[in-house]
Amino acid sequence: MSILVNENTRLLVQGITGREGSFHAERCKAYGTNLVAGVTPGKGGETVLDGVPVFDSVREAVENTGANVSLIFVPPPFAADAILESADAGVPLVVCITEGVPVRDSTMVMRYLEGKPVRLLGPNCPGLITPGAKAKIGIMPGNIHLPGKVGVVSRSGTLTYEGVDQLTKRGIGQSTCVGIGGDPVSGTGFVDVLAMFNDDPETEAIVMIGEIGGIKEQEAAAFIKESVRKPVAALIVGQTAPPGRRMGHAGAVITGKAALASEKMRALEEAGCRVIPTPADIGATVADMLA
Amino acid sequence: MKLHEYQAKQLLAAYGVPVPENYVAASGAEAAAAAERLGGTGVVKAQVHAGGRGKAGGVKVAASPAEAAQIAESLIGSTLVTFQTGPQGVPVHQVLVEQTMDIERELYLSITTDGGRRRPVVIASAAGGMEIEEVAQTEPEKVLTEPIDPAIGFQPFQARRLAAGLGLPLAQIRPFSALVDACYRAYIEKDSGMIEINPLVLTSDGQLLALDAKMDLDDDALFRHKAEAELRDTTQDDQLEVAASEAGIAYVKLDGNVGCMVNGAGLAMATMDIVKFAGAEPANFLDVGGGAAEDKISHAILLMLSDRNVEKVLVNIFGGILRCDIAARGIVDAYGKADRQPQLVVRMLGTNVDEGKQILADSGLTATMVDTLEEAAAAIKE
Repeated sequence: MSILVNENTRLLVQGITGREGSFHAERCKAYGTNLVAGVTPGKGGETVLDGVPVFDSVREAVENTGANVSLIFVPPPFAADAILESADAGVPLVVCITEGVPVRDSTMVMRYLEGKPVRLLGPNCPGLITPGAKAKIGIMPGNIHLPGKVGVVSRSGTLTYEGVDQLTKRGIGQSTCVGIGGDPVSGTGFVDVLAMFNDDPETEAIVMIGEIGGIKEQEAAAFIKESVRKPVAALIVGQTAPPGRRMGHAGAVITGKAALASEKMRALEEAGCRVIPTPADIGATVADMLA
Repeated sequence: MKLHEYQAKQLLAAYGVPVPENYVAASGAEAAAAAERLGGTGVVKAQVHAGGRGKAGGVKVAASPAEAAQIAESLIGSTLVTFQTGPQGVPVHQVLVEQTMDIERELYLSITTDGGRRRPVVIASAAGGMEIEEVAQTEPEKVLTEPIDPAIGFQPFQARRLAAGLGLPLAQIRPFSALVDACYRAYIEKDSGMIEINPLVLTSDGQLLALDAKMDLDDDALFRHKAEAELRDTTQDDQLEVAASEAGIAYVKLDGNVGCMVNGAGLAMATMDIVKFAGAEPANFLDVGGGAAEDKISHAILLMLSDRNVEKVLVNIFGGILRCDIAARGIVDAYGKADRQPQLVVRMLGTNVDEGKQILADSGLTATMVDTLEEAAAAIKE
């Protein structure tokens, strides 16, 4: 079992004929993901990657292939439109990898999605993966994952791979790993993913990787304290970041006390989480927590 | 991207935000002429991308055009150090000469986007002139917040609610509502990330005016704001950071001596933390990006080495899209070109890691190869 994606996932890639889109679509497919369609306006009728049909619109792709997850690789100026097109076509899970989407666009998209049965992951995220179902919807290296019972949720890309790698090297497998992305305004958040892991019978423990900036980790801590009945280990990075400076991710800026790593760690500790002391201790802390 | 006060005021005034009469001056003569136009007196304000100008001596009242010239000459060409700039300060190239005001009340007004609510919010406070962070901590009840539904924009009823909270007189409610609405339209249409008017003043003759203005634009949206993109003043930033940004590298200079080159922002922050836990200090944050090519890796390392404080280098690459062999070639290239070869610790993992290690081994570079973050910390400690 897992959350969000599984054996029934039918993947559609928006921007499949682009450089990034085709590169990653191929890797998702090679990992075992059921890649059913691609969309590039103006290239409908072509096929790519050994028989994957390309459509002009998401609606056509969904009608013809039953796609139920969309993965977006279009350039930043067109990302909001791509998300809205998938939402309009009724795709229940939309994953936007694109980095550099204007915050105003994300704000408008999130307003449009309110009350609609559509979940957005990202923008500016690595995607998600359920190793047990061979469903990789994103840009993460598939081979570092191991099927298992630990759910991973993170704001980062490569740091998630680091965490997963430490788990796998200790033989600790993952149910689903979800990257929620590093933008200040985005779709699915820590709380949404924690709630799903909490309800997933096959997830037994949770690893949460946060960073400086915003108050997402505090919201997660409040939710964990209130509702999560499974053990949670949490890492916060950016303990050495200076105030007021954007650390790569648009959302990773210390703008006030709440944005500090120390404040987030304190909130998570108070919520009963195991706080992972350094980024080198992810595997060891989880192993100890599960022992 | 930060705007200068004079740029923010011009932009906001175009939307109908009332601002005091002001003129930009780049010399003493221009400042004197500006003061002349203002009736002989004016406030001379250094134009820098930093708060805390007043306490740092960057804002002075001139009683005559000659004094305005004198103040402008002392500020222009100088470096202003405020609590926000760090000890190196920021250069002053222009001043704003502004009409003096007879102030009755100072208020605070800002618009930003709240990631938790996923909407813009208007924040107002009766404690004008103070840092809002400080007010939020000491007197949270004085901070008023109105989230805005982006589908309908800022509404008059919200203005009335804010005005009541600020204790504005009845006659000021409409001008206040129009002012906030103008700010909000500028915020949305220009893809701003922050507009801060601190203080927003009520003059003794009953006018509401933006006495100061700070404004940021979303770098990711500049593709649709060509005119505003031209307003960028790179002299206000660290020159290494400017060069990195032009090469598509996210780099933030820090005070330590261990240079860090990493792929991915989260892992880059994690690497800095590891350096700190090893008892050392990181010299920088550096995210070379996801799919970096060999020349970009090399460029990133050379940029990092141009910071003369860097005495050790820690490379941490988790190969995914970025292959370790490409990273290794970039490292070898950079160390070949550099005028000095600081101690090098390389941690590589993932795609083509064996090829990467082989390239480093064959290159003749003296590099300490490690496999885990723990080992990286130990190698930095040595």
